[in-house]
Amino acid sequence: MNAHSSPTLWNRLVLWYHQMGSPPYFYAFAGRWRPWFIAATLITAAIGLYGGLVLAPPDYQQGDAYRIIFIHVPCAWMSLFTYAFMAGCGLVGLVWRVKLAEILAMEAAPIGAAFTFVTLVTGSLWGKPMWGAWWTWDARLTSELVLLFLYLGVIGLYHAFEDTRQGARAAAFLARIGAVNLPIVHYSVVWWNTLHQGTTVRLFGPSRITWPMLWPLLTMALSTHLYLGWSLLGRARVALLELEGGKDWARAIALKDAPHG
Amino acid sequence: MSAPSARAGYVAVLRRDLLLAWRRRGEAAFPVLYALIVATLFPFALGPEGALLSRIAAGVALVTVLLAMLLSLDGLFRPDYEDGSLEQLLLAPQPLGLLLAAKIFAHWLTTALPLLLASPLLAAMLHLPAAVLPVLLAALALATPLMSLLGALVVALTVGTRRSGMLLALMLLPLMVPVVIFAAGAVAAAQQGLPFIAPLAWLGAAFVLALVLAPAACAAALRIALDA
Repeated sequence: MNAHSSPTLWNRLVLWYHQMGSPPYFYAFAGRWRPWFIAATLITAAIGLYGGLVLAPPDYQQGDAYRIIFIHVPCAWMSLFTYAFMAGCGLVGLVWRVKLAEILAMEAAPIGAAFTFVTLVTGSLWGKPMWGAWWTWDARLTSELVLLFLYLGVIGLYHAFEDTRQGARAAAFLARIGAVNLPIVHYSVVWWNTLHQGTTVRLFGPSRITWPMLWPLLTMALSTHLYLGWSLLGRARVALLELEGGKDWARAIALKDAPHG
Repeated sequence: MSAPSARAGYVAVLRRDLLLAWRRRGEAAFPVLYALIVATLFPFALGPEGALLSRIAAGVALVTVLLAMLLSLDGLFRPDYEDGSLEQLLLAPQPLGLLLAAKIFAHWLTTALPLLLASPLLAAMLHLPAAVLPVLLAALALATPLMSLLGALVVALTVGTRRSGMLLALMLLPLMVPVVIFAAGAVAAAQQGLPFIAPLAWLGAAFVLALVLAPAACAAALRIALDA
């Protein structure tokens, strides 16, 4: 009989998952980890920006203008990553009704919308000197714009409900519809562009990227991922306190932090 | 006492919605009037040159019809939600998706069909070449049911919220982008004398897919939005 052997990795994962579902546990966990995320974000961003803006050589075609890539591309990756994260958490919330998954999905939406917005703005700033236009109806740009609308729709629907959890479930459902729709939009716009014989713009000037340009890019990508953790943990803590305002653990924290004890 | 069959439920919901629409038949004219007014504004905004208007006619007719449908979508579930009959549908023994399919079909008959009948008028006002008109009608005949089905899915999520027309447009626009691209693509191809069957076939495929999936997804959305 070996029933009381040490817990396997799987057991620990299951335990961790169930503990994370408990709001007071997650609140304390997020409070412990958030400073590490802040520090790691700032350090990797400083290294990545120094590597990208100072150490990397200028591009032979685009000169120094290409350096916006170190902001633009990590944000574009994160806009999709955050959407996948939001839709995944939303699905967990819809299927198992985990309160914390709903909160993480809804708190990720504004961060993802911000990444998408930064991507669109830096893209058009980059496009003006490179192709001579702020905007072009390229498949990637159009999909990114539709992605922004999807994010705004999710945020808007979430806030349209009186009841927070009901709004979170409806918005998570919308996020799932959007996850199906986004590839369809992308490919239909590709098809539309070829039909119209529109401008054949390549988004990236250099076809292959050298190591001195690549490593700052990857460092910035890591930094934006860490920023997501930083921002999400803080937002989720506030949302948890708001949602659980009547519970004892939230009250205890509020009393502890109150000026008069 | 056994419950009536699913087929009987479908027919009953369809009859009821069509009867309600018939009792207020003046309202069926509003989307058509809206589309006519919008189509009238385009020549004022762009100038009355026939060549320019005939180039944009199909696109304007398409977008106008879809916007007119968007305006009418808010009324798909809201009156039933307010008088409580929507909850009766949720409690009914028949499959909810099927009953909602009846409601969506009734909505298409009362709002999209008048628009479809008025679209030759829109096309003529904007000098669309007569040879392209059948393609436009075919594209609209496939695009409007898609709009009804996808719109019902989105509007089901907003039942039980405060009145929010702008939110509906924001949620529906990303879903409609492919539909507009393929419908306009068919008409543009026909106008240039190119083969136009492929985009119509894509629209048809999307319509069949939506016809199967959308009512069930709409039922799930409605259960979430009403927390039932």
